[in-house]
Amino acid sequence: MRASRSGNILQNVDWITIGLFLALTFFGWLNIYGASYTFDQTSIFDFANRAGKQFTWIMGSLVMGGILLMIDYKTYDVLAYIAYGLMILLLLATPFLAHDIKGSLSWISLGPVNLQPAEFAKCIVALAVAKYMGRYDYKIRTWRDLIVPFVLIGVPALIIMVLQKETGSALVFAAFLLVFYRQGMSGYVLWIGVAAVALFIISIRWGGLALPLGSGNVGILTCMLILTVIEIFFICKEHRMRWQALILTGSVALIYGICLIVNIWFTVPFDWVSMGIVVALVFYNIFVSIYWRKYLLLLVAAFTLFGVGYTHACDFVFNKVLQPHQRIRIEVLLGMKEDPAGAGYNVNQARIAVGSGRFFGKGYLKGTQTKLQFVPEQDTDFIFCTVGEEWGFVGSLGVLIVYLFFILRLIEIAERQRNVTTQIYAYAVASIFLFHLTINVGMVLGLLPVIGIPLPFFSYGGSSLWGFTLLLFILLRLDAARMEQLR
Amino acid sequence: MINDQYYRRRFVISGIAVAVVLVYVIRLFYLQVIDQSTKDQADNNALVKQTIYPSRGLIYDRNGELLVFNQPIYEITMTMRDMGKDWDTTGFCRCLQITREEFDERIAEIKDKRKNRGYSKYTPQVFIGQLKKEDIATLQESLVFYPGIQIQKRTLRDYTYKAAAHVLGSVGEVNLNDIDRDNYYTRGDYSGRDGLERTYEKQLRGEKGVEVLMRDSKGRMQGSYQNGEMDRTAVAGTDLYTTLDIQLQLLAEELLAGKIGSAVAIEPKTGEILALASNPGWNPKVLVGKERSKNYGILLNDKTKPLLNRATQATYSPGSTFKTIQSLVCLEQGAITPNTLYPCSGPGSTPIKCTHHHGSPVALDRAIEQSCNPYFWCAFRDLLQKDGYGKDNENFRHRYELWREAVMQFGLGQKFTDTDLGEQSSGSIPSTKYYDRAYGKIGWKAITIRSLSIGQGEVLVTPLQLANQVATIANGGYYISPHLNKNDSMLAHVHQLDIDKKHFEVVQNGMQRVMIYGTGRHFAIDSLHMAGKTGTVQNPHGRDHAIFIGFAPADNPQIAVAVVVENAGFGATWAAPIASMMMEQYLTGEVKRKDLKHRIASSVLNESVKKW
Repeated sequence: MRASRSGNILQNVDWITIGLFLALTFFGWLNIYGASYTFDQTSIFDFANRAGKQFTWIMGSLVMGGILLMIDYKTYDVLAYIAYGLMILLLLATPFLAHDIKGSLSWISLGPVNLQPAEFAKCIVALAVAKYMGRYDYKIRTWRDLIVPFVLIGVPALIIMVLQKETGSALVFAAFLLVFYRQGMSGYVLWIGVAAVALFIISIRWGGLALPLGSGNVGILTCMLILTVIEIFFICKEHRMRWQALILTGSVALIYGICLIVNIWFTVPFDWVSMGIVVALVFYNIFVSIYWRKYLLLLVAAFTLFGVGYTHACDFVFNKVLQPHQRIRIEVLLGMKEDPAGAGYNVNQARIAVGSGRFFGKGYLKGTQTKLQFVPEQDTDFIFCTVGEEWGFVGSLGVLIVYLFFILRLIEIAERQRNVTTQIYAYAVASIFLFHLTINVGMVLGLLPVIGIPLPFFSYGGSSLWGFTLLLFILLRLDAARMEQLR
Repeated sequence: MINDQYYRRRFVISGIAVAVVLVYVIRLFYLQVIDQSTKDQADNNALVKQTIYPSRGLIYDRNGELLVFNQPIYEITMTMRDMGKDWDTTGFCRCLQITREEFDERIAEIKDKRKNRGYSKYTPQVFIGQLKKEDIATLQESLVFYPGIQIQKRTLRDYTYKAAAHVLGSVGEVNLNDIDRDNYYTRGDYSGRDGLERTYEKQLRGEKGVEVLMRDSKGRMQGSYQNGEMDRTAVAGTDLYTTLDIQLQLLAEELLAGKIGSAVAIEPKTGEILALASNPGWNPKVLVGKERSKNYGILLNDKTKPLLNRATQATYSPGSTFKTIQSLVCLEQGAITPNTLYPCSGPGSTPIKCTHHHGSPVALDRAIEQSCNPYFWCAFRDLLQKDGYGKDNENFRHRYELWREAVMQFGLGQKFTDTDLGEQSSGSIPSTKYYDRAYGKIGWKAITIRSLSIGQGEVLVTPLQLANQVATIANGGYYISPHLNKNDSMLAHVHQLDIDKKHFEVVQNGMQRVMIYGTGRHFAIDSLHMAGKTGTVQNPHGRDHAIFIGFAPADNPQIAVAVVVENAGFGATWAAPIASMMMEQYLTGEVKRKDLKHRIASSVLNESVKKW
């Protein structure tokens, strides 16, 4: 019985995923060797250099993967909450056990190696969330149903962000939004997220740019115009009345026109005018939604009102709440500041390294930028630079495509589950990998601000590799058991 | 899942993944395929191109004596990018014995893009140049403490003799125009500014080499790039052998001391310039290195104009020396024969009187010997009026044109173009147009331009042209453009004159008589068979210019000389002895007339002439 079950594991486990995992890990290892390669370089297996150490981590991760596949699949479900509790305790204890590494209090020393508990937290949180949301009586009907899942991801995120000062690792928990979305959370939440980011960027980026006419700034006015469009769109969508859209748009245009004419004699405060228009539309919205009993529209009204306040708060948050180094990263990204020696140094050097690889790359171990250590953190967070420089566009494209297949494969695995818990867990895994890929590569390519999170399987480091191995192989184990769960 | 109402959301999530990857691929395509700037930035980051300067070619005289060579100097360069925040400025200043203010000032200068267009904080910039070995010794020892600082070895010119400054020229830092014109140069490079250094710049400078080194993010050198495949070794400049005879040059300069003037000696058969002296001049060593700009300023503001190479750039009326050419042209164009007699006094001699006392009438040889002014006026008049004046002076003007063409065959009134002499004046043989403008088309006649007959007035020549002219006479009718490079290719520039050789014999004979019976007789050495002609040139600047042209030995000319001493008086008194001693020096290897040499060399005719 036991023998046949282990035979089943080898038959049922998803070898495609394992193949992609091995390919990414091996290629990552080659690039760590490339990134840490210097002139007096020793063998790729030498424990004195990072590639040698990474080899040890890889061997460890393979052993760990094997063990994880051996363990009874029910164990993960049974232990989920207990593990979650222990993990919270560990995360709370970490800042007191940790020694300061570059301002972060997330590393615990265990003899010769440093471990980062946050890397393992992702997996445990995913298991706990999956267990909670996978209950047979659980369904997302109202926002109340999401309170517990949000608490489950919010608590570790807050601990990591506030106590351990690891913003990047904390942000990863945002990936769970995709999981909630798949399970029925309103799509508007995602849109609100997108809108919040857009409003934040616009109000920061052009907040200091005065309007050519009247008083006010471009940032606020643009945000208000966006909110105006959103209001008009939803009011008319709910009522299915095109003429109303025309009337509302026309009125708004008329008000702005009058303001432009008045501006010849008096200075018109356009930001206040635009805000007034948005608020007026909100009240009109509230009126029609109560009149027609379309209460959903109240949400839009609330969102818009919140947006007005939020837009004005952005400036405050940006200048008062964010740390100076975070502020400058955003300013550099938005092109508001050029600081190639300071905050922009990483980004600029990364861009140069990737760009100088050209189409076919400079060849393995021949990258001058990475070899001569122009890119900081080039074997950890900025490992993609080495790929870009030494393997060129061809190699980078290859890596991104393999990653895409890997993530799509995880989604495929998620979709074929009959057990909701496993499906949720699979989506969590897929979302976490997608989040890491997006943030890390986006950062290297200068499209996103510098947020220090690793590129799975590529970045040097035992904790992150083992954390991702844990995440992936538990999924593979659960997936292999899908046939046994005819519930 | 059965009855999963959110099933379609899997496509949204997959779509997000695809969209993210797509955006990144587009960005990668932009960075790695479209945007070209990153390649250069990467090279700037990682590659340091260290220039290896070739040693400049040496300059020798015609006998293989070394004239110009190189001395090592050092310059300190700094790469701003590699100088960290806690860079030890104080210590650095102490090493170089400069003040903090001087340091800051220099840094500001380097960073000023208007003054230093090529500034980049990634490339080494010259902080101080032209230091001696002892100046950099302290810094050299503690170089490791100053990241970004490099000591670069360069060479400066040095000179064996304090002579021939005008001919050799000097080497100085290139300016922006040079950099624009020739992309070989970068800021801080040196190039020949004048003289031979400039003419033969391409030959002398050689080819800069480059060593491509890799540097890591901390500015530490990490060895050569691609095993030195991109390196290029420096090619040393090619040495230049000149035609100068340095002993003759030294003598000429010694004799010109205290005077304003010049002396040019040419080997007639080859056109090789044996000496080209211009006084006042300067010691070539003072236009080298750090002192260059200061001394250049002094030279530039000196009212005796030492920077002017009078031998090639100053123009004078040739005076009586022009009578040699007049004789040849008049003979060739049939105005006179060697036996034509003209009276020295009487009605024919007006309007130009003779300044010497001799029998009358005279034939051509004696006319040259005695420098008889009326003779040459009469000959010139008869030449121009040979066909009468004709309608609208047509015939006369035609004769004048023929005369002018014949005179210009000697290389007068124009620059030598097929030669390596940089700075030249063209002089002037006035054209008919010139006189038309002055007098109107029919307003001028032979009498109007009578001064031309004796080399006064509008005709202007340079000492170099004078020397070439006398070389032409010595050669009996041809010249090779005077040049300074002792390279056989120069010998191809032969100019054959359209004047019968037998006429030259007459003039050569006349010039020998000058040295036996005439104005030059006091300075002749019989055994050397000198031939010559003196000239005393009236000019608006004061006393007459003393001029002498000559060659020797008359039967097989080895040297042709022209000497001009400004405002000195009689050509026979000042120019003739200098030329005579130069011929003696060249032909015998020494000057035996020590007293004469000392007397001339120590005579100061112009108090303002500075000795360097």
